Amino acid sequence: MSGRCVQPPTAELRVPVGEHRTEEFRKVNVLMKVPALRDGSFTLAESVAILMYLTRKFKTPDHWYPSDLQKQARVDEYLSWQQAHIRGKGSKLFVTKMLIPILTGQPLPPEKVEGATEELNVVLSQFEEKFLQDKPFIVGNDISLADLVALVELMQPVAAGYNLFEERPKLAEWRRRVEEAVGKQLFQEAHEEILNAKNVSADKIAPELREHFKQQLLKQVN
Amino acid sequence: MGLELYLDLLSQPCRSIYIFARTNNIPFEFKHVELFKGPSNSEGDGKISLLKKVPVLKDGDFTLAECTAILLYLSRKYNTPDHWYPSDIKKRAQVDEYLSWHHANIRANAPKTMWIKVLIPLFTGQPQPSEKLQEVMEGLSTSLKQFEERFLQDKAFIIGSEISLADLVAIVELMQPVGVGCDIFEDRPRLMEWRRRVEEAVGKELFFQAHEMILNIKELSNIQIDPQLKEHLAPVLMKMLK
Repeated sequence: MSGRCVQPPTAELRVPVGEHRTEEFRKVNVLMKVPALRDGSFTLAESVAILMYLTRKFKTPDHWYPSDLQKQARVDEYLSWQQAHIRGKGSKLFVTKMLIPILTGQPLPPEKVEGATEELNVVLSQFEEKFLQDKPFIVGNDISLADLVALVELMQPVAAGYNLFEERPKLAEWRRRVEEAVGKQLFQEAHEEILNAKNVSADKIAPELREHFKQQLLKQVN
Repeated sequence: MGLELYLDLLSQPCRSIYIFARTNNIPFEFKHVELFKGPSNSEGDGKISLLKKVPVLKDGDFTLAECTAILLYLSRKYNTPDHWYPSDIKKRAQVDEYLSWHHANIRANAPKTMWIKVLIPLFTGQPQPSEKLQEVMEGLSTSLKQFEERFLQDKAFIIGSEISLADLVAIVELMQPVGVGCDIFEDRPRLMEWRRRVEEAVGKELFFQAHEMILNIKELSNIQIDPQLKEHLAPVLMKMLK
């Protein structure tokens, strides 16, 4: 059986920029963030928690979050490490290179972008050496939550124009395998919006939120 | 060769693992890693950690890092009581949710109190301006508010009537500021009550033993820090605070 995601029967939720700060949404997620899950009266935030809940509730194929003790530990290890590293640095570059310029109307000084790029490269090397190594996927021969989470995070700096896969053939190969395992069309569909992020202009964002986002993001990159 | 846990009890994640293993009577060899001693004093094979990272678990030839991963591995391998990481998927999800949020919130600020008040002055020889601490305490205050309103609420423990990994990971982090004189429990009676319950649930003696070093942090000013390490870390620490 291929590694296709089982689509649970949930309603589609489109959250236009800023809508996650409305009162209605607040009921789902007191922390007013996305992603958020609502299953009846049960609400859940934090992407890793949501992913694990879905694998358990819908009994997805074992490779996503293996029952083998050591393999499962490797997934946990990656999901924990990635927060401050791949996610942290990938996000930082995306915010520095793309998001802040969109919000403020001007680019940040080149040293900031270079610095963020450098930091990302350090963790990319760690990713290749410690987590991926010479395996097809992070936890061996099959795709798991670790690969999924890793790739979607790496698409952020890609969307900002940093072609990190170009200079790293091993990563590019891994990316191809992950895309195939989830289904190329699904992968493209999921990334359509972010890959067109450069077409977002500040006026698409509610004015009262623009300032708030700007301040948050500037704090994040300093 | 049995289970080995490489720990320095100065580190919060190490304390949660130490307490968890001890309170569940999991047999292990405590491999003391002293974070502030230089490479010439390190023990253990180079394979574990040239960078002296803690915590690390070694089980035969299986090596594992990252606190959450280690705690989950121990809970599964040693079949610890269900309440630590409940089999009920909703309760389990709540533990996962807390552990994830904790990283970016409580853990973003709580450790900095020790860096600012003790470690950075120790390494650089200079005290830090009070605004730095103020900023960190404000950030921590915001996280603590969310902690009480979203996670703890009126329950005995984060996910209900019994202690879980979520409470353990939270408490060790919050003891860090306490150790350096920023008692965040002082004006927060609900948190204080929760802390008392957590201490009782793991065992008061074990709790205090695990926290002995951090609660006697002044002793740290007397330790000999490897001068190479001092030189190496000082700029890193300064950058950390920006």
